[in-house]
Amino acid sequence: MSLLLSIISHHWYDVRDLSNITSEIRSLLGDAGAPGWTLYVVTALLGTLGIIAFIGGVAIINIWIERRVVGRMQSRLGPNRLGPFGLLQPVADAIKLMQKEVLQPRVADGLVFSLAPIAFTVPGIIVLAVVPWGPNMALADLNVGVLYILAMSSLGALAVFIGGYGSNNKYALFGSMRVIAMLVTYEIPSVLSLLGLVLFSGTMNLSDMVLFQQKYWIPLLLVQPLPFIIYFIASSAELNRTPADLAEAESEIAGGYHVEYSGMKFGLFYAAELINAVAISAIIATVFLGGWWFYRLDEIVPGWIIFIGKIYAVYFLFVWTRGTLPRFRIDQLLAFAWKWMTPMAFLNIVLVAAEILIWDETGASAGIVLPIYAVVNTAFAALLIFGWVKLMSPKFSRFPDRLRMYSRIDVPSLPANAMMSAVPETGEPDGSGGHLGGAESPRVLAEGPTA
Amino acid sequence: MINDTGIVIAFYIIGATTVGSALMVATVRNLIHAVLFLVLTFVGVAGIYIVLSADFVAMAQILIYAGAISVLLVFAVMLTPSADRKNSETSFQLPALALTVFVLAVSVFVIYDTNWQLAGRGQFLSTAASLGRAFLHPYVVPFEVASVLLVVAMVGAIVLTQEEASDAA
Amino acid sequence: MLPDLVLATVPLEHVLILGAILFAIGLYLALAKRNAIAVLMGVELMLNATNVTLLAFSRFIVSPRPLDGQVFAIFVITVAAAEAAVALALAVAVYRHRETVNIDEIDLLRW
Repeated sequence: MSLLLSIISHHWYDVRDLSNITSEIRSLLGDAGAPGWTLYVVTALLGTLGIIAFIGGVAIINIWIERRVVGRMQSRLGPNRLGPFGLLQPVADAIKLMQKEVLQPRVADGLVFSLAPIAFTVPGIIVLAVVPWGPNMALADLNVGVLYILAMSSLGALAVFIGGYGSNNKYALFGSMRVIAMLVTYEIPSVLSLLGLVLFSGTMNLSDMVLFQQKYWIPLLLVQPLPFIIYFIASSAELNRTPADLAEAESEIAGGYHVEYSGMKFGLFYAAELINAVAISAIIATVFLGGWWFYRLDEIVPGWIIFIGKIYAVYFLFVWTRGTLPRFRIDQLLAFAWKWMTPMAFLNIVLVAAEILIWDETGASAGIVLPIYAVVNTAFAALLIFGWVKLMSPKFSRFPDRLRMYSRIDVPSLPANAMMSAVPETGEPDGSGGHLGGAESPRVLAEGPTA
Repeated sequence: MINDTGIVIAFYIIGATTVGSALMVATVRNLIHAVLFLVLTFVGVAGIYIVLSADFVAMAQILIYAGAISVLLVFAVMLTPSADRKNSETSFQLPALALTVFVLAVSVFVIYDTNWQLAGRGQFLSTAASLGRAFLHPYVVPFEVASVLLVVAMVGAIVLTQEEASDAA
Repeated sequence: MLPDLVLATVPLEHVLILGAILFAIGLYLALAKRNAIAVLMGVELMLNATNVTLLAFSRFIVSPRPLDGQVFAIFVITVAAAEAAVALALAVAVYRHRETVNIDEIDLLRW
């Protein structure tokens, strides 16, 4: 076994580390006497190709996964006709979308209208550039990786906004306004929750964050459970996924910002949502779950396979929330961010800063400190969540105290209503309160239940 | 002096894109398109920052300018009447153009006339941690003042836009 | 076998000229545009140009603490964010009273 490993290690067919392929090609180019900058270009192109290939595969497969899993959660079958287990359904969908006519409203702003789907797709793809897929498999190992992620995920809002604005449709504009409101609101808790992790690991470089978790043998999720919850909720709001898909709520605003899009432009929006979800899952898998590291498993299994497994574990959480939770109202969602998540994230930062200070001052070994912090932080998170629920939520009551919806509505006077109410009052079938003079009587009928 | 070939190529490409899109901001006849070109300019300027090895500032630039200020700008454009979205000039266009060319000429003259004290150092390796220390040690007071300024701006913006609602109530 | 590029250096002057061009365009926008929001865009562009210059100095010029330019750039970005928020709120408030944001039509001190 070890002999086999020593034979294949650091050759291009050593699939444990896909960067071996690029380093092989680089050494070939170097032998051929190519100048230094071509090595950069070739490596960047290969890495980009790899990421785009992954994205393309994911965008096809995840449609199927999402529909099947949600279908099973809702006691349906999901797509099961085309191919084995319905696996070819996304391909058929894509072909259908490509064949459709690409409509554009006559009053739409052409440039903006066409630019929006592209500008929405790009940030989701380029976020994956900083994510480490293996021990030395990050395409761009930025020192400010966490900040880069936040910057890129804030770019999508502008794309959605100009898409809704450019289609010149009031529903699209409603959807865009909601996107902006949600994004401005949820940017703050997501930044603050990631800041706690940056404080803990002492770096903004994603590779170093994975190395921190590998060094201390603990995924940051255990040490920082509250930021995980906050970041998960905030990012699912930023992704427009179902508990928070107010920007495209079909039953309220007819699809929101993409109501005017058809054909492959709509397909691009649809794919971009999946890509963004995968990108956020990759970030959560890296930052909270330890990326390519999983105890001793990464010595046997290639790191990128572990990483993809973690991505799909997080992605399943997203699908789960989508399949089970109903949609919020917009004011509920915004109030939830301002009144719950932002204060909690601030309290968490204070706690983390104090813990880091204690760790630095005492110089205690990580084996003692980190389990204590894990327990303390979990207790803190549970206490905070339950305390906040007790403190902030309105008292639950199954029935409202007073009947709403009855007395407030002005019912236009119908002849039949007038006659019916006129009968018991006047006592005679054809009195003065007949079908012409019955303007007051529906009011009486309508106010009945409150009396 | 920046010697790395890739970075040199990147600088000239990004610089040309930035200047081109900034010119488009001034010339294009639709205010929404102008805002979009301005966003492209902001992103290009962030690229220039990366070339100048200021990665933290570049990311802050994208986060604040391309993510937040551009959305504010689009929002403000949307709240204004469509008749005003022509991106037209006032009657001061020619004097403004003359003044602009004059300022540019003076700047270029000064840039080439000055004898710059070049340090000849390499790239900064990691700026985020040193910037954080700088904010906490020599620049604590400006840092706090900046936070106060942000609070004041926030309150000011809320008061300015809420005025109508309190009048109605 | 590919030839290395001849032009393999960025002098400080080119970065400064880039900043000067951006500043000039921003100045033109701020001076010549009718719409108050376009004027604000010009101001933002000028601040960006200033930041380019600051970062160029921080990268090239002799200094005991070279990162101070970047610190200053971050302060500039902060001020720009505050300024944009307040100025856009002003534009919206002016539009409510005057139903225009064209700066050559807002020429009365009282209304």
